[in-house]
Amino acid sequence: MSVNLAALLYLVAGALFILALRGLSSPESSRRGNLLGMTGMVIAVVTTLFVARVTDVTTWVLIIAGMGIGGGIGAYIAKRIPMTAMPQLVAAFHSLVGMAAVLVAAAALMTPQAYGIGMPGAIKTASLIEMSLGSAIGAITFSGSVVAFTKLQGLVSGKPVVFTGQHPLNALLGILMIAFTVWFCMTESHAGFWSLTLLAFLIGVLIIIPIGGADMPVVISMLNSYSGWAAAGIGFTLENTALIITGALVGSSGAILSYIMCKGMNRSFFSVILGGFGGEVAASGAAEERPVKQGSAEDAAFIMKNAGYVIIVPGYGLAVAQAQHAVREMADKLKAEGVKLSYAVHPVAGRMPGHMNVLLAEANVPYDEVFELDDINSQFAQADVAFVIGANDVTNPAAKTDPQSPIYGMPILDVERAKTVLFVKRSLASGYAGIGNELFFRDNTMMLFSDAKKMVEQIVKAM
Amino acid sequence: MTEVAQIDPFVFRVSIFVLAIFVGYYVVWSVTPALHTPLMSVTNAISSVIVVGALLAVAVELGVEGTTTSKILGFLAVALASVNIFGGFLVTQRMLGMYKKKQTAAKKES
Repeated sequence: MSVNLAALLYLVAGALFILALRGLSSPESSRRGNLLGMTGMVIAVVTTLFVARVTDVTTWVLIIAGMGIGGGIGAYIAKRIPMTAMPQLVAAFHSLVGMAAVLVAAAALMTPQAYGIGMPGAIKTASLIEMSLGSAIGAITFSGSVVAFTKLQGLVSGKPVVFTGQHPLNALLGILMIAFTVWFCMTESHAGFWSLTLLAFLIGVLIIIPIGGADMPVVISMLNSYSGWAAAGIGFTLENTALIITGALVGSSGAILSYIMCKGMNRSFFSVILGGFGGEVAASGAAEERPVKQGSAEDAAFIMKNAGYVIIVPGYGLAVAQAQHAVREMADKLKAEGVKLSYAVHPVAGRMPGHMNVLLAEANVPYDEVFELDDINSQFAQADVAFVIGANDVTNPAAKTDPQSPIYGMPILDVERAKTVLFVKRSLASGYAGIGNELFFRDNTMMLFSDAKKMVEQIVKAM
Repeated sequence: MTEVAQIDPFVFRVSIFVLAIFVGYYVVWSVTPALHTPLMSVTNAISSVIVVGALLAVAVELGVEGTTTSKILGFLAVALASVNIFGGFLVTQRMLGMYKKKQTAAKKES
């Protein structure tokens, strides 16, 4: 295959990837978009097989075995993974992209002739720079994602790990890494390459450990972005258009998602990176002495059945309790009673961007009943009931009224404007941000103390 | 006659890169927030196009020093990237299959 034809085919693959993302602008076009993405991948792989002119049996065996083993594992995971575990799955997948980038960079360093970028010991300087960037970002993506995975999977505590001198240490290691990179690019020393890569692995761990559980949506998006830049770096090394385009797409996609998540929490990107926020902070006990109105499942069922318009506000607690199917059952009963029903989803309702939407979709909730914060906030004033389940901080009016509050300025769902607020919660404990919610003590609020799933099941029974 | 200066191909690649960032920026903003999770899983899958680099490493001709290591590294990278390609696209497909409109969701129930 001629080099030019190959380059054009890689361009086609890149264009198909763009269309795959474009398809996600609506659920109807998304499935076709995904198929286009797969087509792009097939084109890229087949083109490469022609370019590489594979003739010997060993190579074919290695390629087929690698793809078979990897593909089999991937397909198995994709089929079996519960939707609640999507955040850690995505983190794990990011780590693989990072590791693959490191491996490819290392292979390019050892056998540059395979990539047409020079001979061992005489690689073009530009290629060396691209190689070190790809490898360093890949290594940071790998170890950072592994840490994020262990936190999300609950293997380690979600608490931020902070120690004195953390930031100076990180800065020092950063400078050291730049020094290693310069050393490597000047001399093509393999030791230089490995030192900078190992150091990048360490930095990846250090930049993620101080970030607490509540900031995980930002972390995942950020690592998504890193994996893209790593791919782009390798794309420059290999002079491959498909990789460069994809890297740029993924890099900017992750950056935009990080921005959206930061905005959803009213946190600046830098304060997230610096970390220390959103651990399992002890609840402040002072406010909890005040009286609250408590209700039973029967009360809730009665109120909702007689309502004209109910807005359900689901939070991550809903997913933890696996209550999404029960909620949908409740919604069906209400709809049968002629009650109008919507779902209101906050940008950071789940553990990753759009997570709550997937969980609701899995429970067979039609997506045209699910609304984003900006689209539904004005409707709470018309709603008879706001049914808050497993959410807390995203409804806390302190974000609007109390400049002292750590979540001040965060966009919230205006549930307090509904005639009645039903709050399903296990206790009066605070949310992730560690602050009490004044909403619990309002006259139009009724607390339903129970496990989310049990409570909803009881409400369904009471209907 | 003076020789016409050639543009380094690197410059073209940078141009593609910069333009692709802009394309990415606008395309991603048009993605509906409801599909942000599938967006992440599909970007994950497509960034595994890094497999092209891995395949070239596997296909390297043995002989010179370093080629065996390169082959092994390439093999590992092919396997890792394949997990991502298959896992990423299939999990995205599975998720997208769950998004239903009111009528279709109701039909499934009955």
